[in-house]
Amino acid sequence: MKKIKIQKRVKDHILEGSRAIALTINNINPDVISAYPITPQTHIVEDLAKFKAEGTANYEYVRAESEFAAASIILGACATGSRVYSATSSQGLLLMIEVLYNISGMRLPIVMTCANRAVSAPINIWNDHSDAMAVRDSGWLQFFSEDHQEAVYQHILAFKIAEKMQLPALVNVDGFILTHSYEPVSIPSKSLISKYLPAYKPESGTYLDPKNPITLGGFFSSDAYFKTREDIFQDFNLSLEEIKKEYLKLKKVFNFKDNGNGLVEYSGAKKPKTILITMGSLAGTIKETLKDYRDIGLLKITTFRPFPAEEILKATKSCKNIAVIEKAISPGSGGPLYNEVKAAIFENEKINIKNYIVGLGGKDISQKIIQKIIKDSNNKNKKITFVG
Amino acid sequence: MEQIRIHGRGGQGVVTAAELIAIAAFNEGKYAQAFPNFGVERTGAPIQSYARISKEPIITREQIYNPTVLIIQDVTLLDTEDITTGASKNTIFIINAPKNYTLRTKLPSKKVFFCAATEIALEIFGKNIVNTVILGAFAKHSELLSLESLKIAIQEKFKDKGASIIEKNIKAIEQAYND
Repeated sequence: MKKIKIQKRVKDHILEGSRAIALTINNINPDVISAYPITPQTHIVEDLAKFKAEGTANYEYVRAESEFAAASIILGACATGSRVYSATSSQGLLLMIEVLYNISGMRLPIVMTCANRAVSAPINIWNDHSDAMAVRDSGWLQFFSEDHQEAVYQHILAFKIAEKMQLPALVNVDGFILTHSYEPVSIPSKSLISKYLPAYKPESGTYLDPKNPITLGGFFSSDAYFKTREDIFQDFNLSLEEIKKEYLKLKKVFNFKDNGNGLVEYSGAKKPKTILITMGSLAGTIKETLKDYRDIGLLKITTFRPFPAEEILKATKSCKNIAVIEKAISPGSGGPLYNEVKAAIFENEKINIKNYIVGLGGKDISQKIIQKIIKDSNNKNKKITFVG
Repeated sequence: MEQIRIHGRGGQGVVTAAELIAIAAFNEGKYAQAFPNFGVERTGAPIQSYARISKEPIITREQIYNPTVLIIQDVTLLDTEDITTGASKNTIFIINAPKNYTLRTKLPSKKVFFCAATEIALEIFGKNIVNTVILGAFAKHSELLSLESLKIAIQEKFKDKGASIIEKNIKAIEQAYND
């Protein structure tokens, strides 16, 4: 039996996930932060406000009266050529949506954390991925973190890719599961981060500058508008290679190893009969469960936008079954990740691909549930199943 | 892997207790994890928190279904909720109750230890906040942490709260440990 290798790292601290993210953001050295508190994101922005109050941060912290205002403030700040950060969750993210489209349309490289949480009604503060899926088509890059350490590195990577591609990025961390948990983590220093991510210097003519006036987000006729959308689409495609390249560099500069390439990470059996596909912190629970299996693998999707379709097709080429395990549902269709994976492996018609919806509204996903899914995954019955 | 489940009520510091266990274990060179599970965010509502300690990296994030240690901060929860689920004959129970307390619930294990945490908390803090107090009893009976590393964890976690709070908490866990 091939054992799943868990990379042992020497970690410097034991921290709450939110604190680990806040410390990293401070070390990334943004110019402006604006946010409105919402559970479970609150601890991140509280920490960032505290660093500012204590005098250990250089950024401007702008208090907002709502998420819509926060999003508008970061848009304006980034439009002046600043490095900008925000964080939100659930209803907060949904209240931002109109501005999110404006941010990507203006090609502003903002990075935001989404502490993923279910969406009302009924009111629920717990984790699932409904919020991230609601902004799926808003033109933001989307990363998903498995643990605190990955969240730390993904924020650094997100700024690098965002600024290089002139596209905004959302880093998804599972609410409570990552934001409110304590675990060992290392926080790279300011000087090490600056080696990988130099100060943000946008090209003249891409931002608002009184000496070189331009218009951002002005009126575009149909032909010109059509072209902007095609451009964004092309740049998302180009960012696939960019993420792979930058992830290699990231591993070198910050001196860590894993099986991932920044887009996906495979672990488990060499010749798997079944491959489980998931995103975020659930990957940890699945890896633990797979220690007792010899013919199952896990493909963790770390980059959801751009969608790594080719990587998925390649990784699943010779397996018999795929089980897409996800924390979101598109009513009237299926899991959003399932539908995209299905489209990615369309050529490989022999694969039995199934969808398991789990963990909505924070319902705990136990190792027993994973075992149940593995058992069911080679049945060719019902395609979409809610398991809870 | 040691799996510690803590039961209490909102406002009793259930979450902080799990975090202190994880910090102390990490300081002893072990891998550790802690996370909360509030039902509703309301004072007095039943709450659980979880801590894991291991020599290997901890990657699972499921809640704790088979605790090796069960800490009960409020003994009345035993009468109203099925909080012993998943406990076995090897589970160590640390319960906030006076030494001569008679349980109305039958526990699956004989490793049951009482700690008069409320009494100690009222004496030292003037409030029924038992989370740190009961950790003194936890360290003693589970032998998973030293009293010393718990004290360091308290200093780390409460450093923004001032010297007096730290002193009182350390006194409280010492008293529970030596009780």
